[in-house]
Amino acid sequence: MESKFYEEDKLLVLKIVDEIDECSAQKIRREADYEIKRYMPRKVVFDFDSVTFMDSAGIGLILGRYKFVNILGGKLEVANLTESVRKIFEMSGLLRLIPIANLAS
Amino acid sequence: MSEKFENEMKLEFLSKSSNEAFARIAVAAFASQLDPSIEELADIKTAVSEAVTNSIIHGYENKTGMVKIIGKLIDNKIILEISDSGKGIENIDVAKEPLYTTKPNLERSGMGFTIMESFMDKVEVESILDIGTKVTMEKKIKKEDLLKEESKCTSQDELIHATNE
Repeated sequence: MESKFYEEDKLLVLKIVDEIDECSAQKIRREADYEIKRYMPRKVVFDFDSVTFMDSAGIGLILGRYKFVNILGGKLEVANLTESVRKIFEMSGLLRLIPIANLAS
Repeated sequence: MSEKFENEMKLEFLSKSSNEAFARIAVAAFASQLDPSIEELADIKTAVSEAVTNSIIHGYENKTGMVKIIGKLIDNKIILEISDSGKGIENIDVAKEPLYTTKPNLERSGMGFTIMESFMDKVEVESILDIGTKVTMEKKIKKEDLLKEESKCTSQDELIHATNE
């Protein structure tokens, strides 16, 4: 995962560079939570541009981070969803809860 | 000319979550003999990933056991049987409900069966407590290209036959 923090906007962009399944989700979760605690961002954007595969583990991952960021008083958005990632998020109703951010890939 | 295309494979591996990627990629490579679209292949990979993950984290609950996949290609249809000898599912109807999970603490979304059912044409679950679970899934690959015959590898016999002509 690549992380980039924009101080002036208190924006943390977390770019997932991996396939997302139960196995990799555990690692991504640990890394993301570490970065979120470290920067205490006002907004977190998960960038899916480099995600070549995702199963339902991705739903749990994003929903879990959404709750975590909310507790800390921040907002969470997702960006650059591929067709297959969008399909899974839509099926779960996640996109009714989490906005899609505009982020150059 | 249009003979029935048939093939079969069997795959067995330890219930380690690092094998999830291996399982879906192996099945995708097998399924690609039917020339699926990128979207169809992604659907199959996701459904396999869901079933295998279920076997590993629910069936065996991170204990060690074997997960078995039998794959069949019949004409333009792929049939997958994914089974474990784990603890089994108490109530299949409840387990299939969207958002139902026995492991919310692991951030499981409870969407596994819903995804399998919407990405595949047919999904059947058989389970016996303390014996194991078997998920059988089917998906038809839509034929759209005429090049399909050529993209199939020719068998040795066919090659010899063709040379003799």
